[in-house]
Amino acid sequence: MIALLLRDLRLAVRAGGGFGLGLAFFLIVVVLVPLGVGPETALLSRIAPGILWIGALLACLLSLDRIFALDREDGTLDLLATAPLPMEGIAAVKALAHWITTGLPLVLAAPVLGVLLNLPAGGFAWLFLSLLLGTPALSVIGTFGAALTVGLKRGGLLLSLLVLPLYVPTLIFGAEVARRGAEGLAVEAPLLLLAGVSLGALALLPFASAAVLRVTLR
Amino acid sequence: MSLWEYANPVRFIRFTDRVLPPLAVLAVVCLVVGLIWGFFFTPDDYRQGSTVKIIYLHVPATLMAINAWLMMLVASIIWIVRRHHVSALAARAAAPVGATMTVIALATGAIWGQPMWGTWWAWDPRLTSFLILFLFYLGYMALWEAIENDDTAADLTSILCLVGSVFALLSRYAVNFWNQGLHQGASLSLDKEENVADVFYFPLLVCIAGFVLLFVALVFLRTQTEIRARRTRALIARERAA
Repeated sequence: MIALLLRDLRLAVRAGGGFGLGLAFFLIVVVLVPLGVGPETALLSRIAPGILWIGALLACLLSLDRIFALDREDGTLDLLATAPLPMEGIAAVKALAHWITTGLPLVLAAPVLGVLLNLPAGGFAWLFLSLLLGTPALSVIGTFGAALTVGLKRGGLLLSLLVLPLYVPTLIFGAEVARRGAEGLAVEAPLLLLAGVSLGALALLPFASAAVLRVTLR
Repeated sequence: MSLWEYANPVRFIRFTDRVLPPLAVLAVVCLVVGLIWGFFFTPDDYRQGSTVKIIYLHVPATLMAINAWLMMLVASIIWIVRRHHVSALAARAAAPVGATMTVIALATGAIWGQPMWGTWWAWDPRLTSFLILFLFYLGYMALWEAIENDDTAADLTSILCLVGSVFALLSRYAVNFWNQGLHQGASLSLDKEENVADVFYFPLLVCIAGFVLLFVALVFLRTQTEIRARRTRALIARERAA
């Protein structure tokens, strides 16, 4: 499992792996929003938590189709399926690799971009924490979506149609934590619910992804 | 005789062929009687005026939109566990019907909301979760369309339906958290003495019966069509091979 994880990480970091693309996309979204809604700082600081969450979510979505597509094309996925590693483990490791290469950089970059959007000072810690808790769920759910569409020729658009509705609970709770944190309200309830969604997805969805992969490789 | 007999496509078609005409007639009768009774022979509400009468479309459509997904969930589980093709095809057949019901519910709600709430749309938890349900229907149907192999498509959409059900339920309660509601509470529930005043209640029941029958008839018909289409494809493939 560790070997597979390291392999995925190396592939992502090397040239052509697309590492950093998600980050650049995140930056562009954050730059485009003020251009669209106007530069008033009061408005921006009010919508900053939501923008940052949606930006992170879309950036996550962008790199999902790479999770399995390349491995499927060159036959790696078939080899992995015959390896002693259980399919659930493969799905979990793939999700973890996606989180480390896409989710984690987004979490680290979000506070910096928060400055651009004039996020209130109290909100930075909660934004960071909510993304840290929420992005793993985004990666696991995304892995499930990627597994569903891996056998398709043009799965990209379908992937977003399938995955985005599944992102709703995570987005609601995550953005709520960030918003309440920025406004100085109590964040405990949405924080716990976000953690619950995240942990539930982490625990259960690898099994669904594995079932889907077995069907696709049949 | 058990329910599983109808897992056989031939038996299923023979059975539904017999049942479909009376079912369809009954559905039409119920809908016509219920709607005419509801629209013309009930008094106006003292606060809502005649707009209250949209309840005869809105409530049954909403009910069926949710129950269609529930039926797809059950059919998907049956497909995963017992691998009856009819069950998978019935789930596929129900999806567009359910999606249409969702659209009807949303549209009638908007038409009622305009004079009553003063807005076509509000980001109310119920409205939002229904919109999300519609997105789930869209994704489910798109996945069916996208996959060429029938069995693979049935497997993948069943798993999507299972996972989607969990997330749809989660979203339903998550949106409660996110915004306060404008929508009134449930009009109908089984454990209340009187739900709606009786004048409105009985035509509403007839309408609900009509929608349920219509849904069942449409699902039977569409499942038959799917079975026959698949048979035709198999015959054509055999011709080519020969």
